[in-house]
Amino acid sequence: MQQTRFAWYLLAPALILLVILLVLPIIIMMIYTFYEFITAGVEQANYTAANWREFFTDSYYHLFLWKTARVAAITAIACALMGYVPAYFIWMTSFRHKWLLLLLLIVPFWISFTIRTFSWIHILGEQGAINVTLMSIGIIDSPIQMLYTEGAVIMGMIHFLLPYMILNVYVSLEGIDRDLLSAARTLGCTSAQAFREVTLPLSLPGLCAGLLLCFVLAAGSYVTPQILGGNRDALFGNLIYDTIMQQLNWPMGSTLSIVLFVLLGIVSAIYSRYMGLSTIFKGLSR
Amino acid sequence: MKVRQAEDASGVWGWRAVKLLTIAVYVFMFAPIIVTVILSFNASMFGGFPMTGLSLQWYGKLFQNEAVLRAFKTSIWIAILTAIVCTVIGVMAAMALTRYEFRGKQLMNTMVIMPALVPETILGVGLLLLMKWAHQPRSYLLLVLGHIMLALPFVVLVVQARLIGIKRVYEEAALSLGASRFSTFREVTLPLLMPAIVAAILLVFTISFDNITASLFWRPPGVETMPTQILAMLKISISPEINALGTLMILITVGLPLAGGLIGRILFGNRQ
Repeated sequence: MQQTRFAWYLLAPALILLVILLVLPIIIMMIYTFYEFITAGVEQANYTAANWREFFTDSYYHLFLWKTARVAAITAIACALMGYVPAYFIWMTSFRHKWLLLLLLIVPFWISFTIRTFSWIHILGEQGAINVTLMSIGIIDSPIQMLYTEGAVIMGMIHFLLPYMILNVYVSLEGIDRDLLSAARTLGCTSAQAFREVTLPLSLPGLCAGLLLCFVLAAGSYVTPQILGGNRDALFGNLIYDTIMQQLNWPMGSTLSIVLFVLLGIVSAIYSRYMGLSTIFKGLSR
Repeated sequence: MKVRQAEDASGVWGWRAVKLLTIAVYVFMFAPIIVTVILSFNASMFGGFPMTGLSLQWYGKLFQNEAVLRAFKTSIWIAILTAIVCTVIGVMAAMALTRYEFRGKQLMNTMVIMPALVPETILGVGLLLLMKWAHQPRSYLLLVLGHIMLALPFVVLVVQARLIGIKRVYEEAALSLGASRFSTFREVTLPLLMPAIVAAILLVFTISFDNITASLFWRPPGVETMPTQILAMLKISISPEINALGTLMILITVGLPLAGGLIGRILFGNRQ
């Protein structure tokens, strides 16, 4: 049909771009995992399973994977706990300038991620706000080491991901029919019960979408551990970067990339079976 | 209809806790940024506390820093190019995905969102590998194309959301009166779509200007974009210059859209 063909014409540039820049590279990457690493920057198409064997047997990689999953999970859960409350407040409040609260959630998206991340140095560092304040009051004598720890990395990631969580939950809350709440209250629920039985279950899709998005973005992060973490706080993304950009071991770098891609793909696939992928970004596209 | 909060004791206390926690979260989100802005006016030679006096000297230093100026120019040009091309491609794709029915539409929808879900590290490695495989050097073109891919999902989503709200009857009326598809788009759809397009352009500009992870992989040898330049400076020391740079960038990336929105409100009236 002519209509259909026209739709494909419209899609063509985006499609070509995505096939060449996204699909093709991932296919090449999969092939590369079977190449043999000779020396930095040199590899041969010998089709060996050595990279995969190394990945599955060397506990070094498993530790990285485990640490990344743990840090990403802590980040996502902390975002859920910290993000639900403001979303609930914005939804419930009778405050006249609700738009201002929503606008303030969008503003961080406009501020450079790099700047937002390094600004934590001024809070957590030895010359940072917390240490300087505590020392001037006399509670501590020497600065506490907070920067360049796993905690600092998690803090930075929460700071970056929180707006995604709040917006996702808020969109979900907005979809709830408020009459249901009044009904629950008239039928004798306390406000805590009404929240537990009505509001919370109905806002779960947004909460889950936020959890998934935060987990995936945290698990793939590279720059936050670079700026706020020490050497021991490197995550899987840093491992990939170092393997490729420093060791120039392309076959192993490809193997690690495919591992991360597949694992995060599984997480997203499980989610999209239940929710649909586009819910995740509803919060952002408003 | 408004739900009344203050009916039982647990509700009252619960609501107070919610209010307090909300304030705490907003403080958490903005305190580090505000501290950076304040420290950029610090006269001290070191990037942190204590404040030793007010000074604008670090801003002056910034404008004499060749590397920073070069990185700034590079980023601006890449962001402008990305914003224009990505918005055009994205609007076309969004039109196809909302206005037409065809086989494989669901798959296309997913594919267009993909770049936003795949970690940037993987996208970064993938594109480098493609270049290696094709024996091509890393170039500015690669950087721009990569940024276009990264920002595409956001354009499509923003434009789609608006397109769904535009009634199809307007376009059908124009078509049935003999207008071509292109002039229907230009005369009817485009004007109605304008707010979304402006929003998309600004969004793409920020995404590109702000991108760091993928840019670290893709930048041509010896080239720094604004964020990678900041990262390079951070590795040397936390100098007050970085605070000044950060403050200027916040002023640009937050000030522009806010000013744009404000001017829009004044020109087109206050529409909620």
